Amino acid sequence: MSLAPQVLPWAAALALALPLLAGAACFVVGGRTAAALALGVAVLSSAAGLVLAAGVADGGVQRLALGGWAPPLGIAWRIDGVAALAVALTGFIFAAVLVHAEKSLDLLRGEGLSEAFRPLALVLLGGLNALYMANDVFNLYVTLELVTLAAVGMVALAGDSAAALRYLLVGVIGALAYMLGCGLLYAAFGTLDLDLLAGRVQPGGTAGAALALMIVGVMAKGALFPLHGWLPPAHGSAVAPASALLSGVVAKGGFYVLLRLWLDVFPATGAAPAAAQILGTLGALAVLWGSLQAIRQTRLKVLLAYSTVAQLGYLMVSLPLIATAAGHASGLAGALHLMASHACAKAAMFLAAGSLIATRGHDCLADLKGAAHDHPMTAFTLGLAGMTLMGLPPSGGFIAKWLLLDASLRSGQWWWAAVILGGSLLAGVYVFLAVSWSMSRPPGEPSDSQPPPLPRRLEFAALALALVAMALGLVSAERIP
Amino acid sequence: MFIILGAVLFALGLYGAFARRNVVLKLVAVNIASSGVFLVVVSAAPTLPDGGTDPLPQALVLTGIVISVAVTAFGLALARRLATDEGRATLDDKEDSS
Repeated sequence: MSLAPQVLPWAAALALALPLLAGAACFVVGGRTAAALALGVAVLSSAAGLVLAAGVADGGVQRLALGGWAPPLGIAWRIDGVAALAVALTGFIFAAVLVHAEKSLDLLRGEGLSEAFRPLALVLLGGLNALYMANDVFNLYVTLELVTLAAVGMVALAGDSAAALRYLLVGVIGALAYMLGCGLLYAAFGTLDLDLLAGRVQPGGTAGAALALMIVGVMAKGALFPLHGWLPPAHGSAVAPASALLSGVVAKGGFYVLLRLWLDVFPATGAAPAAAQILGTLGALAVLWGSLQAIRQTRLKVLLAYSTVAQLGYLMVSLPLIATAAGHASGLAGALHLMASHACAKAAMFLAAGSLIATRGHDCLADLKGAAHDHPMTAFTLGLAGMTLMGLPPSGGFIAKWLLLDASLRSGQWWWAAVILGGSLLAGVYVFLAVSWSMSRPPGEPSDSQPPPLPRRLEFAALALALVAMALGLVSAERIP
Repeated sequence: MFIILGAVLFALGLYGAFARRNVVLKLVAVNIASSGVFLVVVSAAPTLPDGGTDPLPQALVLTGIVISVAVTAFGLALARRLATDEGRATLDDKEDSS
């Protein structure tokens, strides 16, 4: 397929501007029009991502200079395959979540909550799309702030102001550390453009301090261990569709920025190997600690939130693998696979949890007995997405972990392989906990009463996400080295 | 000189944000910390060949101030809701015992 070069800038601009404009429009129009608008924009954004991906496959990495001003004077976007596919996948996840939210939010809290959900979701989508395409450390800061503000608003929707405030404060402090790092980088090297920085950065105290500040800031934003404390209360207390977006997509934003810095700026500082070991160790702790906490939980959503902490740990474990020459290719591919498959799977699980909450009014694990009997499709979704978390073949999570294992053995760092395998075992335990409660029969006689009704589209939205998480493994299996 | 002052403000604000229990005081502390960051970024700006100061960090700080205003307003709104809904002005650190 050959795409005219004029199409790509439009697709990129569409992915950014359309959600933001539609988000504003949702305040003006309401009801069904707004619902259709929001869903349409999410689908269009996903389509724009596919167009960009085709363009990248066709013509290589795209660099767009905004307003025709090239760096160092202007600001450029860079759209590589990762960014394009991230735009496409994010749009798809938002579309599924919006379908779910239209029904489940009103079931949950009465009319009106979905009116507030739509604009926030659209602003979040626009911010994320901008984040994927930014090629400038300061633009990354601005887009991260946009995403954080919308995400805090989503947490506040559920009414838990304390969790939202804690998230906001951690986010702001992280952003300040990041911005201080940006200022130092500019003072020392005179540019903020990632491509230019990659060529100019010299090893030394300034670069080291700047990058350390930026990484700590991004870790606070992305809930990377040990700065994850705000995530479980925030994601556990938010309404389920909001948790699906936050845990599935937003949580990866911090790591995405970290990865961009890691690939472009870090190699030039000479500090990569040491920093990689530190971050990898923190990641290993996150895998263990998050999984153990998840096993201890008694509520499904909090369990899923701690599982997110653990899964983000895997991403950090990938850094020491990427830092070596032998493990670079498969380590990077593994990290990206994990981000994509976990995004779909975790969103599916939160939506399934939301469906159960919508009918039962709570998500206590012990009281989920009989859920699989009443709502087999939702329980199936939980199990299917759980396979991706555990990394069972043929799920997307299996391919991701396989690649990471491959990278750790290729680079001779077998201890990371032990972490990955041990984490999968623990994930098996907590997924089993979640699924087994729903499979067990309620005590006493099997009741003849009708199960509480559950709109079909709630179940299908969650199932679609779980199926995509599974399909990611099948589609990419033939490309594995 | 201003860089050191900015760093001190940042550290003070950071300390306040963690040490204070009242949410409004936390937000004030975050604002002090951001003033420190802005001061560092502006005063660390490189000098241009003609002797002037590179204006780009000032543009960055302007953006930063806008974001900081928005965040503070949002934080205060949340703090107000915390006060009206639950009658408290602190984030008590129950934190699910971890």
